[in-house]
Amino acid sequence: MNIVVCVKHVPDATADRRFEDDGTVDRVGVDGLLSELDEYAVEQALQVRERLGDDSEVTVLSVGPQQAVDAIRKSLQMGADKGVHVVDDAIAGSDSVATSLVIAEAVRRIGAWDLVVCGMASTDGSMGVVPAMLAERLGVPALTLGSSVEVEGDIVRIRRDGDTATETVEATIPLVMSVTDQSGEARYPSFKGIMAAKKKPLETWSLADLGIGPEQVGLSAAWSVVQSTEARPPRTKGQVVTDEDGSGAAALVEFLASKKFV
Amino acid sequence: MSEVLVLVDTLVDGKVGKPTLELLTIARRLGEPVAVVFGEASGVTDVLASYGAERVVAVDDTEVREHLVAPKAEALSELVEKAGPDLAAVLLPSGGEGKEIAGRLAVRTGSGLITDAVDVQAGADGPVTTQSVFAGGYTVQARVTRGVPIVTVKPNSATPEQARGAGTVEAFRPTVSDAARGARITASAPRQASGRPELTEAAIVVSGGRGTGGNFEEVEAFADSLGAAVGASRAAVDSGWMPHAFQVGQTGKTVSPQLYVANGISGAIQHRAGMQTSKTIVAVNKDEEAPIFELVDFGVVGDLHTVLPAATEQVRQRKG
Ligand SMILES: Cc1cc2nc3c(=O)[nH]c(=O)nc-3n(C[C@H](O)[C@H](O)[C@H](O)COP(=O)(O)OP(=O)(O)OC[C@H]3O[C@@H](n4cnc5c(N)ncnc54)[C@H](O)[C@@H]3O)c2cc1C
Repeated sequence: MNIVVCVKHVPDATADRRFEDDGTVDRVGVDGLLSELDEYAVEQALQVRERLGDDSEVTVLSVGPQQAVDAIRKSLQMGADKGVHVVDDAIAGSDSVATSLVIAEAVRRIGAWDLVVCGMASTDGSMGVVPAMLAERLGVPALTLGSSVEVEGDIVRIRRDGDTATETVEATIPLVMSVTDQSGEARYPSFKGIMAAKKKPLETWSLADLGIGPEQVGLSAAWSVVQSTEARPPRTKGQVVTDEDGSGAAALVEFLASKKFV
Repeated sequence: MSEVLVLVDTLVDGKVGKPTLELLTIARRLGEPVAVVFGEASGVTDVLASYGAERVVAVDDTEVREHLVAPKAEALSELVEKAGPDLAAVLLPSGGEGKEIAGRLAVRTGSGLITDAVDVQAGADGPVTTQSVFAGGYTVQARVTRGVPIVTVKPNSATPEQARGAGTVEAFRPTVSDAARGARITASAPRQASGRPELTEAAIVVSGGRGTGGNFEEVEAFADSLGAAVGASRAAVDSGWMPHAFQVGQTGKTVSPQLYVANGISGAIQHRAGMQTSKTIVAVNKDEEAPIFELVDFGVVGDLHTVLPAATEQVRQRKG
């Protein structure tokens, strides 16, 4: 089975994330890393390959600026077989619609693919719409928000913990799948994995390689605009009391009563 | 006046949820609401009309029921095309399913998409949305510049207000493609009702984390004394103490209640992402250095196993 995993390089959530003047996310001034939610996608792809135990291959695909190659490297260190990095100045500021176009064309160029695996959402934009858009563009079924994954011949089956029901959903390859952080801890790269990754093939493609015009992507082609961004005022720390012989509960209930919650 | 399509969230026990009434209320700011119902609409037409639906489109759901998401997107996309360029917006609930439908709809109809709005207002160039991003650290205002604005809206983004609409019912049978029939639902177990308020809709949420040590009874008892919903951190969910549907945070639910009480929760950025915009925040934690205390309006440094049962008792006494 040929598996493609889509990963995103994102600003570190524990750092001070911010916006540029044009309303795009600052992706240069803040340390970045492989989106933690995409680690789960890499993990599930590797597990599918390992369970099949045949000549299945995992290709990691990332669309993003120069430093996004770090996200691909980390995935190769975890065990993916090869990497594709789509990088082009024109892509900066692309919205989800344009991003899904670039990913779809890159998947097509990768060629004979059976399964595309995505994380449930990025940890920065966190829209969670790209997997569905990708399926729409590629004209294949989507198994989204899987919390466990099973492969049986040509059929992929997931468990999906929805808001109103837990469902089992299946489809025949080729298909797009996304997995949640409930799907199982992602592995850490081993020392061997880190060494091996250095020799794995990594290709860099531009928009021209994908037959996409620069006018189709980027901030100016976005189908929505940010009008303004505003930092929320930090919350001011209120009163904190230390419980001694039941004083904590009494003070807590007194506070709740003063706010009319009791 | 131009129309606004409103996707009615999956009916639970055949009933329309509060988020749908919020969507209809928001839709009235932008145009005439048209409610789109997947499934049996006769039982809900009246309530949809009483919140402003001029038309109720009941989509025949035989294809929809057995397949995941895609047929709903195709049905909506047909309805968008039928409505023509005059359509003011499409509003959808911001759950996993609503966002996927929205994403597909954006690609199919060549329209811009905004997800997770916490407010939508009419503007000179179409609807202006407000989103809360980066774990609630920023507020962003945005609008769609191409096609029909497609907006997914979070629960609690408006106070539902009644205003009678005509509520004319029309049946609609969508054409569903083979690709959309690809993802087959082979088993479905409805979520058990907890008897407590819905997490995302509740005025008060009482949550527990790793610090509960797995004993959620104290958290639940305190929640019940306040008439609150129960939430959990991912650590509590990962430990198998609570189902994932109760998780608050980046990969769980975002809540924005009047009061959020965090018990035995350290306050990691990913948890904060799901509760930081709550009006009043209270925490009980035995570690005075826990980051959650940076957010609180009121905090107790103490053992939740002693503080919560005592507080529960006192709340009950006050309520008589
Ligand atoms: C990509 C990603 C997504 C994530 N998504 C989420 C998410 O959606 N939601 C979420 O919650 N987390 C999420 N996390 C995990 C998050 O980073 C934290 O690990 C998690 O929130 C910790 O849960 P906790 O606060 O319950 O546990 P801990 O951090 O272990 O904190 C337990 C707290 O309990 C206190 N305590 C212990 N015993 C007692 C006692 N007897 N009485 C009072 N206090 C006590 C301790 O002092 C401590 O502060 C995510 C992480 C990643 C990487």
